[in-house]
Amino acid sequence: MDSDTSILSLSGVRYHWPGRASFGLDIPDFQLARSESVLLLGESGSGKSTLLSLICGTITADQGTVTVAGRDIASLTAGKRDRFRAEHIGLIFQQFNLLPYASVLDNILLPLRFAPLRRGRVASPRDTARRLCLDLGLPEDAILAQAGTLSVGQQQRVAAARALIGAPPLIVADEPTSALDAATQATFLDLLFAQARASGSTLLMVSHDARLNVHFDRVVQMSDVTQSAKATL
Amino acid sequence: MILRLALGSLIARALTVGMTILAIALSVALFLGVEKVRTGAKASFADTISGTDLIVGARSGAVQLLLYSVFRIGNATNNLTWESYEDIAGRPEVDWIVPISLGDSHRQFRVMGTTTAFFERYKYRAGQSLAVQDGAVMDDIFDAVIGADVAATLGYSIDDPIVVAHGLASFVAHDNQPFRVSGILEKTGTPVDRTVIVSLEAIEAIHLDWSSGAAIPGQSTPADVIRQMELEPQAVTAALIGVKSRLQVFGLQRSINEYAQEPLLAILPGVALQELWQIVGIAETALIAVSGMVVVTALIGMMATIFSSLNERRREMAIFRAMGARPRVILGLLVIEAAVMAAVGAVLGLGLLYLGLLVAQPAMDAAFGLWLPIEPPSWREVWVLLGVVAAGAIVSMVPALRAYRLSLSDGMMVKI
Repeated sequence: MDSDTSILSLSGVRYHWPGRASFGLDIPDFQLARSESVLLLGESGSGKSTLLSLICGTITADQGTVTVAGRDIASLTAGKRDRFRAEHIGLIFQQFNLLPYASVLDNILLPLRFAPLRRGRVASPRDTARRLCLDLGLPEDAILAQAGTLSVGQQQRVAAARALIGAPPLIVADEPTSALDAATQATFLDLLFAQARASGSTLLMVSHDARLNVHFDRVVQMSDVTQSAKATL
Repeated sequence: MILRLALGSLIARALTVGMTILAIALSVALFLGVEKVRTGAKASFADTISGTDLIVGARSGAVQLLLYSVFRIGNATNNLTWESYEDIAGRPEVDWIVPISLGDSHRQFRVMGTTTAFFERYKYRAGQSLAVQDGAVMDDIFDAVIGADVAATLGYSIDDPIVVAHGLASFVAHDNQPFRVSGILEKTGTPVDRTVIVSLEAIEAIHLDWSSGAAIPGQSTPADVIRQMELEPQAVTAALIGVKSRLQVFGLQRSINEYAQEPLLAILPGVALQELWQIVGIAETALIAVSGMVVVTALIGMMATIFSSLNERRREMAIFRAMGARPRVILGLLVIEAAVMAAVGAVLGLGLLYLGLLVAQPAMDAAFGLWLPIEPPSWREVWVLLGVVAAGAIVSMVPALRAYRLSLSDGMMVKI
């Protein structure tokens, strides 16, 4: 895949946590195409979080290149990487995604505050946020509620809305459903997929739960990505 | 939006934040209150005597003359002879002159002989006159007008008898000529409160049967005889002078100071008061220093609170980072929070100050004669408040820099 069609590309990446000789990550080649949805399966401790940190640019690889949306993120200064992340990547975490004291609206709009280009793509941020909330099945009056007062399932939907607003090209979700029960999980994923597809975003989801695979274009094992298995993708 | 989030975060931690703000508010109120008392005391002090252009006495030091003539502290080294007094009184520049004769006492209070003009001429606190709260100004030679503290301490009321003691710490009393309380003055916050005022003639009268500081045995002039006598003092302790034109003050002062017949000293009360305040003023510096330390302590307390909140807020900081905030946004957020806390504390402190003033103003005036004006904050106070906010922001840099480093190493993942 060349950089025109791939939104994310890691090649020859090696990373060692400073001061922790035992653990490192070695990714010869890993690519994501535009608009595809990929499930990355791995047990805890397999380096998923490190991989996400590399993709988001909060850590930089010791060797190799990480390219997001055609840009080698190592070429950016730390400050520019932060802004680049805000512009290009929508993030959803396992839980505790939101600022509990802020309103749902402020939580959704937060990434736009640090991403002027992404902000520019949204004609009316408040209306867009409201529409996303409705599309994700949140009650009408939830938008002005304090995020901390919502149920865990509702909070995850708010986190999804926050990742989706301004249609970033890449959405990274780290075990977004692990705090939800099975029924809520399915609904949440359906809604997330529909919205990601609508905005044309690539979806990379990391999980240890193989049962989720039915939803995705592609399922990749973490062990295939890392050096030991020399995955061919 | 960042400011709104910072406020939201503060409100979410209302209890600890409130305690911190309260500590800052109390310290600010204390600091401003000390300032108020200090400037109030200084103003009250400077207002001890006003409307008097010159004080004349025997030659000594300016502060000494002020101390004994106005504050009734210490003693005159010498007197002003009645000839010199009349001579000065007759000068064309002199508008009015009030003699003061000191040297006797009643219990722990000084007795001052003067004329009834004293009640018109003596002014305090920007031209305020003495007022009688009960009774009347002395009419008879054995009438005495007492200050508010004298009345309160000794429990005197109108028509009570008073025996004046000779000298200041004396066992010899002028008990053959008892006085009668004719009037009690309003509280002024000046040394007048602690003075027994009698007529100048009375001072002469009680010393009639005395010679060289001791009563002449067997001799006693009846009160009625004294009332018929023409009593003229030989000397007075000091005199208060008002001039016709302020321009003449310095000329008159110089000529009194160069008076050939007797070594005299004329002082400008305002100048001498300032000189005296400089001596008293060391205490005020100490007060400011102590209350300043209290403010510093409160700000360090705030720093400690921010420090202890950092750990529980790492997740919040990680969310900011994940959303694309640079570490320095985290730093800014904490500094803004501290500045907001300090600002709210400062404003609340100002409110507490005014509340305290409203409550304490009448009591302070009544108890200490200290008048604390309630007026809009002075520029000095505004600078103090701004200084507190700035200092709050500066001390918060320490925990903010720690948060900066934490958020750099944590990134978007918190490893707790």
